[in-house]
Amino acid sequence: MILLYLETDEAGIAETSLETVALARSLAEAGGGIAIRAVLFGGLPEGVAGQLAAHGVDEVFHVTGAGFEAFSGAAWASALQALRERTGSVVVAAGGSPRGNEVLAHLAARLDVPMAANVVSFAGLAPFVVTRQVVGGAALEEMRLDQRPALFTVAGHSWTARAAVTPGKAEWHEEAPEVAPGDLAARIVSVGQREAVRPGALKRARVVVGAGRGAGGPDGFDGVVELAELLGGALGVSRVVTSLGWRPHHEQVGQTGSRISPELYIPCGISGAIQHWAGCSSSKTILAINTDPEAPMVTKADYAVIGDMHEVVPAIVEELRRRSGA
Amino acid sequence: MDVLVCVKRVPDSSSQILLTEDAQAVDGRHVGFTVSPHEECAVELAARLADATGGTATVLTLGPAEAVEQLRNALALGCGAAVHVEADTSRFGPADVAREIAAVVREHEGAGSPYDLVLLGNDAADSGDFQVGIRLAYALGRPVVNGAKVVELADGVATAHVDGPAGAETWSAPLPAVVTVLEGGVEPRYPTIKGRMAARKVQIEQRRPAYEPGGSRRTRLLLPPPEPSTVQVLGKGAEAAPAVVDLFEKLGVR
Ligand SMILES: Cc1cc2nc3c(=O)[nH]c(=O)nc-3n(C[C@H](O)[C@H](O)[C@H](O)COP(=O)(O)OP(=O)(O)OC[C@H]3O[C@@H](n4cnc5c(N)ncnc54)[C@H](O)[C@@H]3O)c2cc1C
Ligand SMILES: Nc1ncnc2c1ncn2[C@@H]1O[C@H](COP(=O)(O)O)[C@@H](O)[C@H]1O
Repeated sequence: MILLYLETDEAGIAETSLETVALARSLAEAGGGIAIRAVLFGGLPEGVAGQLAAHGVDEVFHVTGAGFEAFSGAAWASALQALRERTGSVVVAAGGSPRGNEVLAHLAARLDVPMAANVVSFAGLAPFVVTRQVVGGAALEEMRLDQRPALFTVAGHSWTARAAVTPGKAEWHEEAPEVAPGDLAARIVSVGQREAVRPGALKRARVVVGAGRGAGGPDGFDGVVELAELLGGALGVSRVVTSLGWRPHHEQVGQTGSRISPELYIPCGISGAIQHWAGCSSSKTILAINTDPEAPMVTKADYAVIGDMHEVVPAIVEELRRRSGA
Repeated sequence: MDVLVCVKRVPDSSSQILLTEDAQAVDGRHVGFTVSPHEECAVELAARLADATGGTATVLTLGPAEAVEQLRNALALGCGAAVHVEADTSRFGPADVAREIAAVVREHEGAGSPYDLVLLGNDAADSGDFQVGIRLAYALGRPVVNGAKVVELADGVATAHVDGPAGAETWSAPLPAVVTVLEGGVEPRYPTIKGRMAARKVQIEQRRPAYEPGGSRRTRLLLPPPEPSTVQVLGKGAEAAPAVVDLFEKLGVR
């Protein structure tokens, strides 16, 4: 029995959660048709049940009620722990998102079993061996998960979300478990409003212009924004850029951001770490602009310009303008 | 108030990574060592919080003899005391590390110097286990906030700011508490010469692990195979612009 903690967003089940379902299906098949159960929390967008059925989920536990109004790693894990016990699940997994990692770490601590973060593949069920990303993606670690339940999270975009050949029943259960007061000692007291975003704009763009640490600071994005506008595309950035607060998180491309698949991706000042590559590798054509000819993004790209993005990008904008006669 | 901050000596992943012959660890002979950016921010937060409340920031690491370098750095950046649990980290899994940190916290508390707050990084830059802080919180029976960018302390409560998926979250946790830190909320300071001099004089508390480690369940490390490059360089600098726009036309994106 495989139990999955899945997350939702405005559009339905989060993409990284559906990718986790895909890995779970492959694991279930390797195990000779093991059932897949999903746990969801709080308010849900429409159509979730159908989505889960299409992706091969057999049973769904929807957790709401007192203690589940706002996210809490401890409360979420307590509900997962109870459901794990009731269903006798031997594997519990989640997407390798901040919340997926947090909730599973809580569960691992409560059960005192190992947990493997950011798994990219598995080999063999007995022993159960997983491969995960370490050293910022520069290396992989093979790890044995012998204890039951085996806990792991799936590195974002290392699997592809895909509907199942045989849909699941997605048999629905409403749950309202009790939460121990101690599990709500650390709690959210307020959530600020996020600025409105056009969901999917980045994911649907035919051209994405990317910018990373090479932008140099919050004021270093004028050129790339202008280029994106001229090409009718969108801006995508690396995690360094969102961590430093230079641009908002919804623009992030990569394992913990969006997965894009434009006709053309133009990463400027982005080194091409494996976690960024996870989000942009399905671009049809990649044109890298970077000062370093050895940067992984350059060697992996189809085309490259070696140079300072603050010189190259304005020159491209000028050339585009010149040819349009503007 | 007194704050403990935990850092880990890790290979600088911007250098080229090679493995030891037994594939159990990164070969440290030709790489630089550092701590993760999350931990740099945690050290900065610890120093600021201790400063603002008239307390002390203590830095702790579990690591080899060389990890004293990372402790001295943190001492030069505003920490006032340091604890070194000397051990070969490759034999310690995340649960082992959490148990060792908990042992230090409990012993210091028993000796009359409790910590109001323990700060850790959200994830270590090498093992990336995403769990030591949370396991530590359970080992100590304390509340934990994960992935905070900024932390404030007042009236026996830690207030932490987390960039959540739906917006900026404000978390509250009664002290003593554990908080794991994500980079980006504070700018780590640069060490001053005076800071470096003072850091050299601090007596580091040297310890041995309290328990036999259970291990990491690692069977081996692997390096991803190098991929052949087929990149076509269109040119250097601004002069490449016409070739770039030719490419746009060829791809039909303008
Ligand atoms: C679990 C996990 C999840 C992650 N998820 C993501 C994710 O979703 N997305 C993501 O992007 N990262 C992610 N990361 C981080 C990732 O490992 C890298 O740290 C990050 O992608 C690096 O960003 P960067 O390329 O902007 O910066 P750097 O790696 O610092 O690279 C900067 C590049 O810019 C070039 N440059 C500098 N100046 C200029 C200039 N003036 N003109 C042109 N080029 C210049 C440099 O040569 C270099 O190649 C994740 C990491 C982990 C551990
Ligand atoms: N050997 C160690 N010594 C001190 N702190 C550690 C050690 N390993 C992990 N940590 C702390 O725990 C955090 C999370 O690590 P991890 O769960 O291994 O990704 C790190 O950012 C450190 O703050």
